[in-house]
Order: sequence, then structure tokens, then C-alpha cells
Amino acid sequence: MIKFNRYTLGNGLRVIVHTDKSTPLACINILYDVGARDEDPERTGFAHLFEHLMFGGSINIPSYDEPLQRAGGENNAFTTNDLTNYYLTLPAANLETGFWLESDRMLSLAFSEKSLEVQRSVVIEEFKQRYLNQPYGDVWLLLRPLAYKVHPYLWCTIGKEIRHIEEAVIEDVKAFFKKHYTPSNAILVVAGNVNQEQVKEYADKWFGTIPAQPRPLRNLKAEPEQKEYRNMHVTREVPSDAIYMAFHMCSRRDPEYHTMDLISDLLSRGNSARLYNELVKNKKMFSEISAYLMGDLDKGMFVISGKLLDGISFKEAELAVFAELDKLKQELISDKELQKVKNKMESTILFGEMSVPDIAMNLAFFELYEDADDINKEVGKYMAVTPEKIRTQAKLNLKRENCSSLFYESQNKN
Amino acid sequence: MQITAPDRIHAPSFGTLDKVEITEAKGTALSNKIPVFQIDAGSQDLVKIEFVFPQGGAASQPRPLVSVGTSDMLEEGTMHFTSSELAEQIDYYGAFTQMEATLDFSSVCLYSLNKHLPATLPLLEELVKNARFPEEEFKTYIQNKKEKFFSDEAKVANVARKKFTQLIFGDAHPYGHYLVENEFAGLNRDTFADFFGAAYSADKCHIVVSGKIDPRLGDLFEKHFGGEDWKRSAKNNILSQIPAAQTHSQKKHFVERKDAVQSALRIGRLLFNKTHPDYLGMQVLNTVLGGYFGSRLMSNIREDKGYTYGIGSGMVSLKSAGYFFISTEVGVDVCSNALKEIYFELQRLREELIPKEELSLVSNYMLGTFLRSADGPFALADKFKGVYDYKLDYTYYQNYVKTIKNITPEELLALANKYFRQEDMIELVVGKM
Repeated sequence: MIKFNRYTLGNGLRVIVHTDKSTPLACINILYDVGARDEDPERTGFAHLFEHLMFGGSINIPSYDEPLQRAGGENNAFTTNDLTNYYLTLPAANLETGFWLESDRMLSLAFSEKSLEVQRSVVIEEFKQRYLNQPYGDVWLLLRPLAYKVHPYLWCTIGKEIRHIEEAVIEDVKAFFKKHYTPSNAILVVAGNVNQEQVKEYADKWFGTIPAQPRPLRNLKAEPEQKEYRNMHVTREVPSDAIYMAFHMCSRRDPEYHTMDLISDLLSRGNSARLYNELVKNKKMFSEISAYLMGDLDKGMFVISGKLLDGISFKEAELAVFAELDKLKQELISDKELQKVKNKMESTILFGEMSVPDIAMNLAFFELYEDADDINKEVGKYMAVTPEKIRTQAKLNLKRENCSSLFYESQNKN
Repeated sequence: MQITAPDRIHAPSFGTLDKVEITEAKGTALSNKIPVFQIDAGSQDLVKIEFVFPQGGAASQPRPLVSVGTSDMLEEGTMHFTSSELAEQIDYYGAFTQMEATLDFSSVCLYSLNKHLPATLPLLEELVKNARFPEEEFKTYIQNKKEKFFSDEAKVANVARKKFTQLIFGDAHPYGHYLVENEFAGLNRDTFADFFGAAYSADKCHIVVSGKIDPRLGDLFEKHFGGEDWKRSAKNNILSQIPAAQTHSQKKHFVERKDAVQSALRIGRLLFNKTHPDYLGMQVLNTVLGGYFGSRLMSNIREDKGYTYGIGSGMVSLKSAGYFFISTEVGVDVCSNALKEIYFELQRLREELIPKEELSLVSNYMLGTFLRSADGPFALADKFKGVYDYKLDYTYYQNYVKTIKNITPEELLALANKYFRQEDMIELVVGKM
């Protein structure tokens, strides 16, 4: 049971405080409700580029990292298609340094041209390192636009193409900040060896004095239902053939999310899972295979991906996967098998609650989904999944006409 | 309540750490003399149990694949269970296992909720005592391992990492071994079974337990691991002597990858491990150079020039040696500029005193990082292993803190002149120049 206090400041900033006196550390996690899905289709990659710029100095503090490191702190950040998350940890006694730094960049950035110029090239190098210079690196650049035709999930957080990053100008940076980096669009979580009154005082002092701004409205085009199987075949210099199958599914906020999550576990969690047993061990068609969901806040993706062994064709491999999915649609799974994935989920959740930064981040996520208190209801929601629900959701989602398959062929098979 | 605007220009006051308190491991032993080290910490009802086999590492025998393969295949079937039965039960009780084979040791690890320990410990027992290495599973394993090998060879960063240690330690040294395809050919399941028989034995291991210690644990351990049944008499085919490192005599090396968009760079040299008196000071010097986000390499090569997404340096401490490295991936067009800047930063450390301000920043940062690295039961277990494996004790950490707080710019300048000479550095580029 994770206990926390929650309140909203006058400017709309939501604050959550979780105390754990067993650690010498404190953690500040700030989540901004903005991700790659909020970008202009002609300016993709911007939310992520912006995350880099958040470290290029704020209105009163020329360097973010230096004073934080001086106080023994460390930080990081990441951007997804849905959100941008910043977190820092530092010795608990130095908590106020974190408040000072985080509140100043919520107040305003320095908007330096030099910082933009440098971060543009850093992000372009990141694009190359992760997406171009890496075997299978461009998979998501191909698979997303295959699965999505309308919704902005069709591009990656890094952006559609390098050109979009090259063309970013300082006016874009300013407008993006003004629109999305407002107190009412953020969730602040403070956790660790902290006391509630002290945090309240710091929150009022550092964040409460930031002027309120309207919360941006989100009005994204919904992805129309997919009615026909889609396929794409590419050839690249990679060591082995790989297949990626994406299915549309419900949102992270949907009550059926937990069912879909357990389906992915039935298929590929651990070495007793179905895909591994059947397709890696018994039929020897794949060297590795996994199923996972992206946890998207709008209607999201359920993905099965695997590497084919030599001599196995894409068609055979895909048929074999569908045969396994058909079993889920036709037969009710046994209570024992379902209990297995539930037990595994319960222990995964408990092991995930061992570190204060992880708890802080999860509190922020759940507050964004709907309510931070759901963090304590997760295990119960998984436990409530039934064999019938598994079959219903498998039938609904894991069908051929809802599938986008990418065949990624190796040019020089060994 | 009226709140006045805070002073946003000046940093709020902050403190520095004076000393650190580390929860120490308590040592006991089973009746067959296996040492058990317990770290009782944390609030969740769960535990991590790690069996460490110091002779199970890659450096203990001439063929590295044997150590890794033995470790990887422990779960592929035991005397009483097939691999699927094992996997089924481990998953059913929500447990996690982790087999690891490093250069210096191998380990078998179980993560379990305390409530399931009576069901999960017998599984752990099967793994450490009764692995069987079935022929069929062996074939699949080798095939998959080969796929992985080829896929790793396709990444410039992987090639650079492997090639670099080969250059530093030399081919004959187990730390410098560069895996090649034909090594897969000479293996069979017996090679693994024999190595298992020699290295995984009650008289050649210790146990590290961390988490909330269940009162039943002592009895359960005694029942499953305390007997004389697994002191093995298998012929010892373990390497007794590790040869001296032979760094390559040529300093500059280039492996061409025509289609590379980025080149992987590695620069560094043979040094020493954490038992050497200069190791702690070098940790500080390394942090200034490339050991944190605000380091000189990051500030210059990423933040100022934008040549890379990331660059860093590190000191690697292994059981019988250590080395220093700088590593990055840069656009092929800026490769030679990046190299120039890296040598420039080494030169600056040799020629100029590190400003007091910068040193105090690094020192505070390192103390904070140290605090983070000792937070939580599993981290405390790592802290224990970090000294026990080197026959050091917890005073090492007090000395670490002392060095970080007290080392002077003059001492660091002397270290840079001793260990950061350009002519001593091995340089490796994988990609395009």
C-alpha cells in the first residue's frame, strides 16, 4: 500500500507527496502532459527536442545540471508519444535545490539560440545512433505509419525525419513552451525522506508563485477502425529475418487494458509462455519472440515481434503466430495458467515498488491516467481478469484484419 | 496566506555529506560451511538470493563460451524437471531467476516473494545442484547464441567494445579474448556439464541474501543447501594462473565499416583494479573527465560541439586487473575532430590544475551518487560484493568518501601526468574515418 497526500495549488499544479523515511534520498518527478502526439505533423520530433532544451538554462539559472550536481543530485528525462517526464534525486537535506531548479524552468526558459543549435545536432546524432546506425533501428519508423493512418501515433518521438529537427527555430520553441509547459498541465510528485509540511511550504513558495495559464485542449483525430490486413516488406543489412505484427487495442485507461496486458504475458512472459514454448522450443521457427503492449493513452498498439530462424519463411512464421492466437480465441485458458500470469504480475508490481524514484514516477503516471490512488488498485484489477475476458479480448483485437505486419528481411543471411 | 516571490537568482543553501552509513552484511555459515551473507533491509516482503561461484567465470578456463553457456543453460533442464516444468513453476510462483557469467565469476540468482519461498527454494536447489544440459536444448541454445553473436557483430559499438579489450589485454589473456565464429564448433553438452561439475560446488561458493529476511529462511537454507551431497569431486579443469596482460604495441587501430553512419571510438589503457592505492584518486579524475553528465568530455563534445549523443569514460575494475576507457559514437564526418578534442581534454588535465569550484562540484556529485548506489537492499548487496570479491572490507567505502572529499587539484594533476599520457593510450575507431 503506497500512501500519499495530494493537493492542487492555486495555479492548477497538482502535487503528490509520498514519504519513505528508510531512504537518505529525496526525489522530485515532474510530468508534463505533452508528448509527440501533440506535435504539428510538419514539425515532428519537437516534444523530444524540447525535452533536451529544458536543460539549456532557465530564465534565472544559466545551467540546470551544474547546481544540481553541486547539491549531489542527478536527473534525467524522457519523452513518449503521450507525455514528457523529468525526474531528479538528491540527498534529502538538499531537497530545496530541486524545487528551485524545477520551478524556474516551469516559470520560463532562457531560450538561447546556442542551446537550440547544439541540441539540434545532439538530437540528430541520437536519431542516427538509435534509428539509423543500429540493426533493426528503423523498425518503428516503418511500423507506426503502417498501423496508423490518421492518429499522430503514426510518427516516433524522435520524429518522422531528420529534416523536421533541422528546421526547428526558436519561435517554435517559445510557442511550444507557452502552450504546454504550464502549471495546470503538469503533475509534481515529491517522494522519499521528506516531511509533508516542508514540501507544502516549498511547493507554495517555488511553484505557487508561477502565474496560472490555461490548460491546453487536446483534440486529436481518432484512428478509424482497421478493416483490412496490412503488410510491408523491406530488405536491410541485418543478421536475420524479423517479423513485427502490430494490432490495435484499447487505451491504457480502458478497463480491458489489464486483460490485454495479461494476454501479452500468457504469450511471452517468461520461458513457460506460449509463444516461446511453441515457436522457439517445440517448432524451432524463431530464435526469439515476444509480445508486448505500448501502454498508449489513446487507443494503442499490441505488438508481437520475433527473429526467424534460417529456412523459415515470413508466411510460415506469421501463420504459426496466428495459430497460437487462434487458440486464445477458441479455447478458454485454464485457471492455473491464468493464475500463473497473475502471480507473476503481482510480484512484478511489488518488486517495482522497491525504489522511491519508481514509486514517484508511477504515482505521476496514475494521476495522469485518472487517479494516483489507482496505484494501489492495480493488483486487484489484474486479479479480476477471467478466462472469458481473455477470450473475448483476444477475439476482438488479435485478428488478421486488425493486423499490420512488417517483414524485415536480411540481405545477407548467414 | 500571502507568499512573497522567492529569490530565484541565488541557489538555496545546501549541505554536503560528511560520512555515509552503509548497512553491513552479517555473515553466518551453513553446516557444510557455505558462507551466507545477509542484508536485512527493505519493507516489501521479498528477497533476493544469490549464489556466487568464483570459479564459474569466463576467466577460469580457456574457452569463454563454456562459462557463459554453462550459466545460460542451467535452466534448460535438471535431474527432476524439464526446462518447461522448471519455467512453469518459477513463473507460477511469480519468481524471477537470473543467471550471470562475468569474466570473474558466475552467479545464480532467485528473486522471490517471501510467502512463496517454500516452493521456490527447491527450484533454486535444482539449478545449482542438478543441472543436466540435455543434448536437444544444447543444440537450440548454440543456434540461438550464434544468431545473437552475428547480430552483435553488426553493431559498431559492440565490435569496438570487444576489440578494445583485446587490444588492452592481448589475445592470450582471458579478459582480452575476442569471440569468433569457429569457437561455436568445438562445443558439446559434455563441455558444459564438465565445467558445471567443476565450478558449481558447495565448497566453491557463497550466498548473498538481501531484502526482508524471513525467519524461516535459515532452516530452509539448511534443508536445501546445507548438506554434503554437493561438494563435488569432479576433476578441476579450472585455470589456476591468469597470464599477464600484453597490451598491443601499436597504438592506433581502425576497423572499417563502409556503411556506418557513425563511428564508435574507444581510447584507453591498461590500469589497475580497486585494490591499487591510486584507484580512488583515479575515480575522481575520471569523473571530472567523463564520469558524469557535466563532465569535460560531455561539455565539450556533446554540449558545445554537438558531435555526439553521448560520451563518457570509466575505470573498470576486474578481479585481477583493471583498465581505463573513453567511449563514444560520433557522426563519421566529425570523427577526427572528436578525437582531437578528446586528446585536448586529456592534455588539459595534465597541464592545468582543476579549478576548486569544479572539483567541489564533482566531489558533491560523487557523494550523492554514492548515496544512491547504496540505497535499498539489493544495492546494499552490491556494495557488499564490491568489497568482498576483492578481499577488501567496508573501510574501503569510508576511504572512498574521504578521498572524494579531500583530494587536491595538485594530486589530480600528478595522477593525470602519471596515467593520462597520450603516448600510453590505445586508440580504436570502428566505422569510417
